[in-house]
Amino acid sequence: MAEAVRQCDVDVVAAYPITPQTIIVEKLAEYVADGRFKGEFVPVESEHSALSACVGASATGARVFTATSSQGLAYMHEMLYNVSGMRFPIVMAVANRALSAPLVLNADHSDMMASRDSGWIQVYAENVEEIYDRTIQLFRLSEDPRVMLPSAINFEGFILSHDKERVRLLEDEPILKFLGRPRPKHKIDPDAPLTFGAIATPDTYYEFRMQQTEAMNNALHVFEEVEMEFESFSGRKYGAVDAYNTDRADVIMVINGSAAGTMRAAARALNAAGEKAGVLAIKLYRPFPMEQVVSHLFQTKAVITMDRSISPGAPSGPISEDVKSAMHLAGLTKPVLSVVYGIGGRDLSVEDGKNIFGMAKEGNSFGTPTVMYGVKA
Amino acid sequence: MLEPIKGLKELPTEEPLSPGHRLCPGCGASIVVRQVLLAAPKDTIVAEATGCLEVSTALYPYSAWNRPWIHSAFENAAAVASGIDSGFKALARRGEGKEHPIIVFGGDGGTYDIGIQALSGAIERGHKFLYVCYDNEAYMNTGIQRSGGTPRGAWTTTTQVGSARAGKQETKKDLLSIVVAHRVPYAATASISHWRDLMTKVRKALSKDGPTFLHVMAPCTRGWRFDSEKTIRMARLAVETRFFPLYEVDNGVYKITFPVSSPKPVEEYLKLQGRYSHMFQPQNAAALDTIKKEVDENYRHLEKLSQFTSQLYAPQTA
Repeated sequence: MAEAVRQCDVDVVAAYPITPQTIIVEKLAEYVADGRFKGEFVPVESEHSALSACVGASATGARVFTATSSQGLAYMHEMLYNVSGMRFPIVMAVANRALSAPLVLNADHSDMMASRDSGWIQVYAENVEEIYDRTIQLFRLSEDPRVMLPSAINFEGFILSHDKERVRLLEDEPILKFLGRPRPKHKIDPDAPLTFGAIATPDTYYEFRMQQTEAMNNALHVFEEVEMEFESFSGRKYGAVDAYNTDRADVIMVINGSAAGTMRAAARALNAAGEKAGVLAIKLYRPFPMEQVVSHLFQTKAVITMDRSISPGAPSGPISEDVKSAMHLAGLTKPVLSVVYGIGGRDLSVEDGKNIFGMAKEGNSFGTPTVMYGVKA
Repeated sequence: MLEPIKGLKELPTEEPLSPGHRLCPGCGASIVVRQVLLAAPKDTIVAEATGCLEVSTALYPYSAWNRPWIHSAFENAAAVASGIDSGFKALARRGEGKEHPIIVFGGDGGTYDIGIQALSGAIERGHKFLYVCYDNEAYMNTGIQRSGGTPRGAWTTTTQVGSARAGKQETKKDLLSIVVAHRVPYAATASISHWRDLMTKVRKALSKDGPTFLHVMAPCTRGWRFDSEKTIRMARLAVETRFFPLYEVDNGVYKITFPVSSPKPVEEYLKLQGRYSHMFQPQNAAALDTIKKEVDENYRHLEKLSQFTSQLYAPQTA
């Protein structure tokens, strides 16, 4: 992550330490100390100020990065909306961690899901190399004139943030060529004074939000362009969704984050024993790649949705709701089993995956309430 | 180094804050902005906290600002300024632009209370900016609620006057001491009634390499309950009664820049304001005495600090 930030020629990093994000900040501070990072590192006094400093820096036309997790993301919440509303193309790493109380240091997605509607592009990575690649892609996506929205690269705390994996690093030069320098249409310039962050009225506010929504929709197509161009020099491509065996499966599990790989292993094991299981990993969560998600669900008999966050009182978790909405819009009426898993860092094994596939196989899951998988009795 | 301003004729004729904004007639805040920015270079960048000044000067699709201006939230103006400073520095190193003076405007709510953490952090990190607190002594934008800057005894909508309590029970937070505790190169109080003193302080502050601070009294006709033509008079009386002494702290050395040797009675200042009208009822006589005592003590405290620090930091003689 830190290496990607260095290679992306970032001008300003403003960040505040929080477990499990700290290793990113520490690594960047190390780069600052040995002169490898040429930008400004602003060691702010809170996450709220981290994102506020990012606002000021981004307004000067600089390329800006921050990183946080859990409580820190919650503390930034007000500023998340400010950044997207002011259309600053800031990129943020979120080492996903459950929210307090009770305080816990381990992963789930409830931090980012609580900020789901803040107008940020949201990508969930599955492994360390993807975190690295996505960070590079997201600067390009955010800074595209058709988009101009902030991005969050999500990866589960400890599971991915502290994972030790081999990563095929790219050369600096093609990355710099891929990204270019930021060229915002509007920036702080004493020769052409502009007003940033004016107050709106009921007569104008809605239209600002509409422009933001349109930009988010544009991001869906620009994302594809960015991936294609990234592939041309890196040889690596992920897609907005990743489909395993979805064209032959009777049951498809829709999931995001690092557990997708585990679930693929579970599906492979089942398929080797004659079952028909598929996995659809959602990589790009906002904007939601509705058509691509649905296109993989036409053949299957049943769908399982996997949420690594709890939405108390809601019909089901956010991934489940989105998948069901997308299916409804496409006229697809199939049983969807909503499953919550991995809360507060609880592991999900290949065996667990097999069990969950088995639940959907046993029968029609219409009318089944959300399964809180793995909770102790 | 910016030269001190000697006369009105030296001031630019161009208005940094255009007329036609929606601040109240007689608003102290707009006069603060005008005086501060007239003393500052034309390439100054303005960052602002949410407040009266912000909502009244930048109502889309209009803007009164002839300077680059940015606002994003209530509590974060100093943090935004630290980002601008960092952005300028990073870009200047690449040869993509240069650094410009940064001035922050925050009200007392955005500075004394909700914004003090961001202010403290930005000062501690040593960013180069001048923070100007325009102090109208309450949350005026939301309808006159008490802040940490509201003085003792004052009526606000959250420190009402009744039979059990009359106005604010606590004293005004000593903001400048908090700032000075960060060992800033320059911090000062100023008043719109003493424009030359104010402008000189702006120029001194902008000449320093690091964070600087100006605390400016900004009388509020609505919240203090006085007629709108009396704004400057109110500001002047605050100084002449020693209620709001004008002083600076230049690299640790305190100096009263407008000594008031024979102060006018504090009552003269308070009596003109509706927010203190209850203070002159017999049952509040003790509270009024407390205010007067605090005013007196504060001034003597500053005199002693001036004496002490001028000796402590006196240039060493061989």
